[in-house]
Amino acid sequence: MKKNISLRYIISLIVVLSLIWIGNSGYFNGLLLSLGAVSVAFVVFMAYRLGIVDEESQPLSVSRRIIVYWLWLLKTLVQSNITVVKRIWQGPKAINPVVARIPTSQKTEMGQTIYANSITLTPGTTTLDIQGDTLIVYALSYDGIRYLQGGEMDRRVKRLEE
Amino acid sequence: MSELLDGLSWGLLVLGGFICVSGAIGMHRFPDFFSRMHAASVTDTLGGTLILLGLMLQIEGQYLVLVKLVLVLLFILITSPTGSHALAKAALHGGLRPKLGNKQDEQDADVLNNFGRQSSAFESEKDKE
Repeated sequence: MKKNISLRYIISLIVVLSLIWIGNSGYFNGLLLSLGAVSVAFVVFMAYRLGIVDEESQPLSVSRRIIVYWLWLLKTLVQSNITVVKRIWQGPKAINPVVARIPTSQKTEMGQTIYANSITLTPGTTTLDIQGDTLIVYALSYDGIRYLQGGEMDRRVKRLEE
Repeated sequence: MSELLDGLSWGLLVLGGFICVSGAIGMHRFPDFFSRMHAASVTDTLGGTLILLGLMLQIEGQYLVLVKLVLVLLFILITSPTGSHALAKAALHGGLRPKLGNKQDEQDADVLNNFGRQSSAFESEKDKE
């Protein structure tokens, strides 16, 4: 059982690395393809020796909804960027930095990581630390904290875990 | 059609450039390390995305270039929060505290005025020495 699981991750690693090689080289002659095959084999071997071919490096179990989540995150990114750019042009008086605790509802570490990184990726809010189930979040203004407490992002990340 | 694409591409490039410049200005205008980090992340996320989208419209059928630009965008969007988080954490461990706004008490949420974990750990380490 355990071997099957790791075989799955090895295959997915080979596929991803080959796609990156082909996407970046674009040559299909024998020499470059065989060089690519050797490189992929070497990297997979190294990753296997290091013991990093696992769920953490290749989150295959994160559901397909991640695409929808990315699109939604892109929309949020644009909105929060516009807010921050406005504050930049209004100057330092427009910001009122605040640090607050934000509860998380995700069960897995992967879910918490996605949530914390999404918070950091949107300008205006940064995750400083995780203490158990709560995130310590720094925000440029109280609006950012209020938005996170609304919990829309939290719910969307939680749905990815199913 | 190609002129339309060209115009759209130029629009995206100019907008992305404006946002990158805004990020740079914010980095100088904001008062402390943590708020400056946010200004820098404006350049990372929306500025970079818009410029790359603008460039993606200029490929003229070379789909390999498109693949590379998408890869660049993906790597920026994945590494930038990791970098910001590492920076913020390093600053906290170094004893730097964010300069907080003045209306803290009026808010009703779970607001932390002094968050003690790192600072107390920092002090207890000092006591041991």
